[in-house]
Amino acid sequence: MSLAIECRQLTKTWPGNPPVEAVRGVNLQVERGTCFGVLGPNGAGKTTTIEICEGLVQATSGDAYVLGKNWATQADEIRQEIGISLQETRLSEKLTVLETLTLFRSFYRSGMNPEDAIAKVSLQEKSNARIKSLSGGQRQRVAVATALVGNPRLLFLDEPTTGLDPQSRRDLWRIITEFREAGGTVLLTTHYMDEAERLCDKVAIFDRGRILAIDTPQKLISDLGAEHVVVFTVSGESAAALQDDFGISLPGVISVRIESEHRCLSVREPHIAIPALLALINERSLRLTSLTTRQATLEDVFVHYAGHRLTDENSGAVR
Amino acid sequence: MSSSWKMHPVTQLFLARFREFIRQPEAVFWSYVFPLVMMIALGLAFRSEPMEAISIVVQDGGGAELLAETLRGSKSLIVSSGTELQCRQQLRAGQSELIVVAETNNSAAGYRFVFDPTRPGSIHARDVVNDVLQRAAGRQDPLKTTDVAIAEPGSRYIDFLVPGLIGMGLMGGGVWGVGYAIVDMRIRQVLKRFMGTPMKKPHFVAAMMFSRMIFMIPEIIVVLLVSRFLFGVINHGSYLNVMLLIVLGAFEFAGIGLLIASRAKTLEAVSGLMNLAMVPMWIGSGIFFSAKRFPEFVQPLIGLLPLTPLISALRQVMQEGAGTIAILPEIAVISVWGVLTFAVAIRIFRWE
Ligand SMILES: Nc1ncnc2c1ncn2[C@@H]1O[C@H](COP(=O)(O)OP(=O)(O)OP(=O)(O)O)[C@@H](O)[C@H]1O
Ligand SMILES: [Mg+2]
Repeated sequence: MSLAIECRQLTKTWPGNPPVEAVRGVNLQVERGTCFGVLGPNGAGKTTTIEICEGLVQATSGDAYVLGKNWATQADEIRQEIGISLQETRLSEKLTVLETLTLFRSFYRSGMNPEDAIAKVSLQEKSNARIKSLSGGQRQRVAVATALVGNPRLLFLDEPTTGLDPQSRRDLWRIITEFREAGGTVLLTTHYMDEAERLCDKVAIFDRGRILAIDTPQKLISDLGAEHVVVFTVSGESAAALQDDFGISLPGVISVRIESEHRCLSVREPHIAIPALLALINERSLRLTSLTTRQATLEDVFVHYAGHRLTDENSGAVR
Repeated sequence: MSSSWKMHPVTQLFLARFREFIRQPEAVFWSYVFPLVMMIALGLAFRSEPMEAISIVVQDGGGAELLAETLRGSKSLIVSSGTELQCRQQLRAGQSELIVVAETNNSAAGYRFVFDPTRPGSIHARDVVNDVLQRAAGRQDPLKTTDVAIAEPGSRYIDFLVPGLIGMGLMGGGVWGVGYAIVDMRIRQVLKRFMGTPMKKPHFVAAMMFSRMIFMIPEIIVVLLVSRFLFGVINHGSYLNVMLLIVLGAFEFAGIGLLIASRAKTLEAVSGLMNLAMVPMWIGSGIFFSAKRFPEFVQPLIGLLPLTPLISALRQVMQEGAGTIAILPEIAVISVWGVLTFAVAIRIFRWE
């Protein structure tokens, strides 16, 4: 069976002064019936890549196949089968939710009833309300409904949960999960690692137009070589002068980072690393003020790659 | 989903435009009330009235008293008097059209007329005063003439004005209505969102055009009705021809609006372009006064402006009762503008 999305050596250079190389050789494969997450810092090229796949942006070079079809020759057929929600669209405020969905429904050969699309995003009671009167989260759900109304096989969602409250985010997760369970494929971008970990079968971490890592969230975490994180704080006279990489030389410690007042050690075996840490703290006559451990998450993976970028690029030319 | 035409993209896009329009009371006000207010104001300001009496001034000096006495005998003159300085002042300020000076330096009586020959009112005043004085001096006219006053509907300023205002409404409505709406949709990324659906571009363009035509019809009916009942403006031609011109005009200016908006990214840019396109037509296309008043060498250019043939054809139909054949040249120019602007606009249109 063909892939839902396949990108080969995609590049995109936005014209300008200077030109921006937003995408620099992206290879991507999304299998049917899966949810694929695109992660990465601001300006990494996520939206540009997803919009090339949506047929909205012309790639500078490379190929993008969607549902086994080619944008150059089968654009209309692809559009019949995909549903999209852009990072930013302001739908006409003067129209009601039902009118908006009826309009979008009319563009597709087949699809669901506009009322059913509204029910999918639980906005039945707002059906006859103007978009103007909806909250940000409700508007976002209307945007997702417009993506669903054509009964797509592939859904593109660019930051669908940005700005939503925790409950609305969970509502949207449920919509995405239901869509997947019915056999659909999803490509989404997000800045929330918990969301990616929960929803996505595979994620790609983008940075400056390239993919740094691409795999299942579990594999990416275990590839860190450190599935546990030791989080601690210290005080004492020499605490302020402590190096940023304090603890890096301890046995079993893979990496070190600082998160506000906490220091985090990514470790393979906590039962070896923690006693060694305590000994080191004693030796420097510091006082341990807190200590917890947790499982590593996708967030640690993300920070790990972001950290690498910062240390790779200590020329100062970092965004 | 009941019937298929109801779920046709053009119907739905049209309905969306229509709803957005009627749910925006300011837009409705400006497009329907503004032309009406303009017509009523201008119709009242320029209503045909009997020619008012002419103001003239007699310059103080020998024989001035007698001269003023003679002139006051005429009902069509309002006579004042003053020193040379005061007379000049009155002429400059437009309070008088003509200065009359009695000349008594020799035995025969004579008069001097002082006026600005570029002022039509002054030339008229001179002729009237001359007539009065010559008759008073005993002139016998060899021919007998009779004046017949008429105010035939169709020949008044208001009859000339109404087709001009209809043309202006079609231009403003098309250029603003289409241009502004499209740039607004582009800014909101709605055009880009539509491009992500199977919506066909010609469907979108057709819906924009139809909605324009539908919005224009009530506006024009109101103008026609009010001008009829308030000022007795009658359409001397067939309503079918008026309708034909309105539909063509709406099409033409929707095309121009589409072209102006085809690449603009901001509302400021599109407003500037729209004004740039419309100013020459406001001035040159004969909305308020005949375009024939411009010098001969610019006439071909003026005739090719999109609004000129529309107003000219509307006037021929409404004022002179011209038939379809007579306005074919105008129809041709309007259609070429419409087709050309649509073709170019679709080609260069920016969807994101
Ligand atoms: N239309 C455009 N014209 C010029 N440059 C653009 C355009 N769109 C994006 N860029 C540039 O391309 C780069 C990648 O942008 P992109 O929107 O793909 O990032 P992103 O990963 O989606 O970021 P974010 O998380 O902030 O949404 C940025 O440097 C941006 O400035
Ligand atoms: Mg983005």
